[in-house]
Amino acid sequence: MNKTLKAALAGLAISTAMSGATFAEDIKVGILLPYSGVYAALGQDIDDAFALGLETFGADVGVTFDIVREDTEVKPPVGLAKTKKLILQDEVDVMVGVVSSGVLGAIRDTVDGAGVPLIVANAGNDEATGAACSPFITRISFSNQQVNRPMGQWMVDQGVKKVFTIAPDYAAGRQMIDAFTTAFTAAGGEVVGQEWPAFQKTQDFGPFLANAKASGADAVYVFFAGGEAISFVKQYDSFGLKAELSLYGSGFLTSALYVEAEGPAAEGMITALHYVPTLDNPENAAFVAAFMEKTGRIPSEYAVQGYDSARALVEAVKSGATDRETLAAALPKVSFTGPRGELRIDPATNNVVQPIHVYETVAGPDGLTQKVLATLPAEADPANGCVMPASVN
Amino acid sequence: MTTDLGFWVLQTLNALQLSMLLFLLSVGLTVIFGLMHFVNPAHGSLYAFGAYMAASLAGVLGYWGGFFLVPLAVAALGAVLYFTLIRSQRRAGPMAQVLVTFGLIFVAVDATRLIWGDLPIGIAIPAMFEGQLPLLGVEYPIYRLFIIALGLVVLAALTLVLTRTQIGAMIRAGVDNDQMAACLGINVERMFFLVFVVGCALAGLAGAVAAPVLSVTPDMGLQILIPTLIVIVIGGLGSLKGAVAGSLIFGFVQTFGAVLLPTLNSVLIYALLAAVLVIRPEGLLPAKG
Repeated sequence: MNKTLKAALAGLAISTAMSGATFAEDIKVGILLPYSGVYAALGQDIDDAFALGLETFGADVGVTFDIVREDTEVKPPVGLAKTKKLILQDEVDVMVGVVSSGVLGAIRDTVDGAGVPLIVANAGNDEATGAACSPFITRISFSNQQVNRPMGQWMVDQGVKKVFTIAPDYAAGRQMIDAFTTAFTAAGGEVVGQEWPAFQKTQDFGPFLANAKASGADAVYVFFAGGEAISFVKQYDSFGLKAELSLYGSGFLTSALYVEAEGPAAEGMITALHYVPTLDNPENAAFVAAFMEKTGRIPSEYAVQGYDSARALVEAVKSGATDRETLAAALPKVSFTGPRGELRIDPATNNVVQPIHVYETVAGPDGLTQKVLATLPAEADPANGCVMPASVN
Repeated sequence: MTTDLGFWVLQTLNALQLSMLLFLLSVGLTVIFGLMHFVNPAHGSLYAFGAYMAASLAGVLGYWGGFFLVPLAVAALGAVLYFTLIRSQRRAGPMAQVLVTFGLIFVAVDATRLIWGDLPIGIAIPAMFEGQLPLLGVEYPIYRLFIIALGLVVLAALTLVLTRTQIGAMIRAGVDNDQMAACLGINVERMFFLVFVVGCALAGLAGAVAAPVLSVTPDMGLQILIPTLIVIVIGGLGSLKGAVAGSLIFGFVQTFGAVLLPTLNSVLIYALLAAVLVIRPEGLLPAKG
């Protein structure tokens, strides 16, 4: 017993010494995600896929990634406290995560002031890569406007001339719809009416649907996410609107994460998103297979954001970055072809530039699936007041 | 749009449907309060449990299995709550009661997350109620008409029990003056238990009925709590008529406010609540005259 223990310890010591020799660098990564609260499922998808991404791409770069996880609870003050802990106490080299735009807004100044690079793996508020942009914040996920803008021209091309829009009355809802309507009217379409139900207080969309029906629109364009998306899609169908008024929207509406709960009501809805699990490319095939093997779930857009965040970090490390300063400089320069297609970071805003996929929710052999109708070319967001200091780049 | 009769019919039906759902929830809460002077914020959690159980049972027994079993299961849960927590807090005063039952909400939210996960769940509308029915020139979803009908049936049954039966008379006596009722030989404590359990069953029923219309999420109990409390405060604590009136007022103000005065909608119902509290602090139709 004692002998084996000694042998084991000796072995451990040797392997530690060897690994010390092999891996010259340790990079400490702080993960800021909601592991509890309403977005816990999103946090889990990002976390699982981030780990998968580090395993897939980070195995042979000669660096060990130490992970420190913190739960933001989707509460801005909690997120801020956890960010300070990661920066000051854990002294992380880089942070990854942030699902809620509210949390991102709350931690922005701290991240910027401390000069610790942050890879945003979800939060899509336009300001984060607009007026409130920072050389230390690189967004690998999406921006609200980016996902919706291309649908404006595309729907006009499909012959839709008049739309009615519905979205929850909060910043993301406004940004998603405004980006769409601006592009839609510029392309010659007409917005005949808009409804803004109170965010997280509206469970019954019946009153708004009646107005949409009476408006004389050709189609309805909406943004909803999570539980609200499920309620909305089911109620839209139950009022018999699907047959007479086509439903289009931001792709979060029929996300792979929620579509099963929506059931047949979601069939035939056409939405746009930066990722769907049915994209036909070798990178995505490998990702879907690996993610399903690891978790048993089909990867959502949240998962791919976690996966690509890991890839971006690894690419930055491969380019020679080792600490806060060099990582911050290297992250905005990464570009690679991943499951979503070709990704690069716009140097003017540090926001990702990526193609947007228009997809229809259709019935497949194993339940509902996504049929990609069109892939719209990648387009950088306008700078929107973002001024990057020259010194960092 | 507002001159079109169809618009008014449609929105009136929407308002009625919301009112009936709120009625199922608030009637239990208000009678429990009237009889026991006991506020139970965890009532909304029982509604959430009802919805989750209905979602689980829908996969095994179909919608109707859930519809009939869920109220019984939630009533059983209510009975367990009664014997473990509620009874011992009966004389503890309102502060302790609210703390205990408010704590229960958080326990319930995390319990539903542990059992059913974080992702919202949806269940299908039963096949016989799919589709729409032409009614006064509008096409209205049949399932929503079913909710309205169910609310009216429950209202009729409760009115009958409370006004025409001995147990109803005993409950009314208990609400009016529980000490006097006890002196007259009514076992107030047992009646109390009965009312509590029936109230829980109705909350469960509301959850089961709401599940196909809404998405089933861990925080749905919290979301419905505020409207339910507003309903019973406007209507008058402890009174069946008050719960009916409060539910109708809330349903109509919320629905028509949303479409006619969208910018004012989120404050409209609170403004009404404040006005009621200033002008008639005891509510519009209080239990005790």
